[in-house]
Amino acid sequence: MTQAQAKSQAPQRTAATTSPRPVDPRGVTRPGETMTGAQALVRSLELAGVKDIFGIPGGAILPAYDPLMDSTTVRHILTRHEQGAGHAAQGYAHATGRTGACIVTSGPGATNLVTPIADANMDSIPMVAITGQVAASHIGTDAFQEADIVGITAPITKHNMLIKDPADIAPAIAQAFYIASHGRPGPVLVDIAKSALQSSAPFAWPERIELPGFNSGAKPHAKTVHEAARLLATARRPVLYVGGGIIRAGASEGLRQLVDLSGAPVVTTLMARGALPDSHPQHLGMPGMHGTVPAVAALQKADLVVSLGARFDDRVTGKLDSFAQHATTVHADIDPAEIGKNRAVDVPIVGDLKDILRNLVPALHEEHRKHGKPDLEAWWVQINDWRATYPLGYAATHDGLSSPQHVIQRLGALNDPQSTLFTSGVGQHQMWASQFIKYERPNTWINSGGLGTMGFSVPAAMGAKVGQPDQTVWAIDGDGCFQMTNQELVTCALNEIPIKVAVINNSSLGMVRQWQTLFYEGRYSHTDLHTGHGTRRVPDFVKLAEAMGCVGLRCESDAEVDATIKRANEIDDQPVVVDFTVSKDAMVWPMVNAGVSNDEIQYARGVAPEWDREEA
Amino acid sequence: MSNKHTLSVLVENKPGVLARVAGLFSRRAFNIHSLAVGPTEHPEISRITVVVDVEDLPLEQVTKQLNKLVNVLKIVELDAVKSVQRELLLVKVRCDSRQRAEVLQIVDLFRAHVVDVAPDSLVIEAIGNPDKLEALLSALAPHDLREIVQSGTVAIGRGARSITERALDRVIA
Repeated sequence: MTQAQAKSQAPQRTAATTSPRPVDPRGVTRPGETMTGAQALVRSLELAGVKDIFGIPGGAILPAYDPLMDSTTVRHILTRHEQGAGHAAQGYAHATGRTGACIVTSGPGATNLVTPIADANMDSIPMVAITGQVAASHIGTDAFQEADIVGITAPITKHNMLIKDPADIAPAIAQAFYIASHGRPGPVLVDIAKSALQSSAPFAWPERIELPGFNSGAKPHAKTVHEAARLLATARRPVLYVGGGIIRAGASEGLRQLVDLSGAPVVTTLMARGALPDSHPQHLGMPGMHGTVPAVAALQKADLVVSLGARFDDRVTGKLDSFAQHATTVHADIDPAEIGKNRAVDVPIVGDLKDILRNLVPALHEEHRKHGKPDLEAWWVQINDWRATYPLGYAATHDGLSSPQHVIQRLGALNDPQSTLFTSGVGQHQMWASQFIKYERPNTWINSGGLGTMGFSVPAAMGAKVGQPDQTVWAIDGDGCFQMTNQELVTCALNEIPIKVAVINNSSLGMVRQWQTLFYEGRYSHTDLHTGHGTRRVPDFVKLAEAMGCVGLRCESDAEVDATIKRANEIDDQPVVVDFTVSKDAMVWPMVNAGVSNDEIQYARGVAPEWDREEA
Repeated sequence: MSNKHTLSVLVENKPGVLARVAGLFSRRAFNIHSLAVGPTEHPEISRITVVVDVEDLPLEQVTKQLNKLVNVLKIVELDAVKSVQRELLLVKVRCDSRQRAEVLQIVDLFRAHVVDVAPDSLVIEAIGNPDKLEALLSALAPHDLREIVQSGTVAIGRGARSITERALDRVIA
């Protein structure tokens, strides 16, 4: 059985040097030097190249915090909630491409990390989470602050480990950083018993990582790469369906070459915004539930879909069996388990997307040289017709309040895409931030795509700013999301992490409200938040910002939007929160209702695009 | 015809690995029909035999997911014809001296053994493939079966080839 045996035939074994970066000579340890587990942990973090770590101390992890205080290369940032530490590590990893790190105590400290870990797992973010555990002799006794975090996080980590012996700490940390960042990235949790932190052992940083069961990825098969090139050279209606894997692989340059060479239209998923500049003429925008009509339609009418680091998520495909029904499918991904998971694939290519593109581009060149470039003119005529007829847009509000789309569009327009990162929470503001901001570089759009974690944006922005201090970091947040994690603004204020937060305040859980408008006859069950115009404003976001050591600004009309954004951009020594009071009636369009075919996309409420009859 | 598949999963002999493997099946909504775990000829490697009832396509998916577990070294599907598959059955039958002869006859027919005798009961041990054990149980059904306990299937390929060899190379190289 070939699939089952694939692992044993995988060409690459995992036995590699441990240091992705040159080792700090100061950190080099005499072989066999005896130290406590706590010291070994801090030394290991230094050797793993950790510069910043987010966390909160507590009983079980306390021994580690003592040597951590003396580390000159690891900066610890004390967050106000463990969830904030986790999302900050994610934002850091997303913004820098390096592995994020966080450290918390046992029990509730560890369980508070569950959401960021699940989030990192869904969005393939390299992250190492270190949790304290009760002393080895207490494990299993329902001791104070005991939780089986290894058991709890087994389904949502790439790997996790429980360490009870101080001698195992260095190898565990080395393995954790290796696993998190190699192959398809993901979160790794290392749970360390307090007794292991307190007792001593000779320190030995492993020179090689020995993980016999870990495959960091196969080399792409030349045969399938050539088959993909042949298909791209002959398809009449090809679409490049680009996912977050391009960004994780750092493969934007290769993607650009493929796009330019193939002449094919490109769609970038929510996780891939910025993988190809939005200004590129072949870029049709985001596909899926709230994608552009041209992006959704192009996939539906395509005769070839080349998926690059995407996973045919239900939010992209809509009703699966009617997704891109006429298309041959090429699926390139580093994770073999993604191939054929949701969509039957004609040409699978397993490997690192950088490698794949390095091979695919010359292979396509060769096809063009032999057979000439395919004629895509008719395809582009059709696509350009969709683009002209159904551009992204929004209707004016009826209540005189600002349109949230206008605010977000201006945030994009008044910030230089070369020097600005945007993070977002989850909901309407997230979709608008994906739609109306033009991204020109990878890793400049940071959001929670797979898990859909409300409250992601503020702590993620904090992490992104720590990782990229020279970039302007705007957190685009909703009033619902903001109330979940805003306490990290305290962390930002005290640690001089001057992020900017745009609260798109529609005084409600906007996306849920939108569904209540569309599917529940406007019965607004528990979506009113009383934070907006004409309400009691509890909490008052401006006062809340000031209470947390930030500058608080408020903007209540379209006329003030530009001036307010400029004012916020001028403040760079303090975090800024802008309460943009907007209309609650704005809705995200286009939209494909959940569970229906993407052919049923609505451009606006009750407005369906007219498809060409012979195509339909 | 059912879609039973027998997978031999070679794993690193470390704590918690069985829970990871079993958890993955339930998480991905697969029913485990039987599961057996034990040591191999190499102390570093344990072997899990899982019998699942799934179509080919989902089986491929769960195999790929299993392969992603860092402690899983190798997965091989064992073909029913090209492998030997065995389960162990222990069954306690209540019988007095009048019924004993009849029960012993069934034991003989199935080449099973009596491993415990009491004045009013017998414990029968039988080893075989699942079909044989099922047949034995139905033959015994008219009697008063007090307790039945059955192991999961263990399986090994026929012929000289060893599936642990190459996995071991990876562990000790």
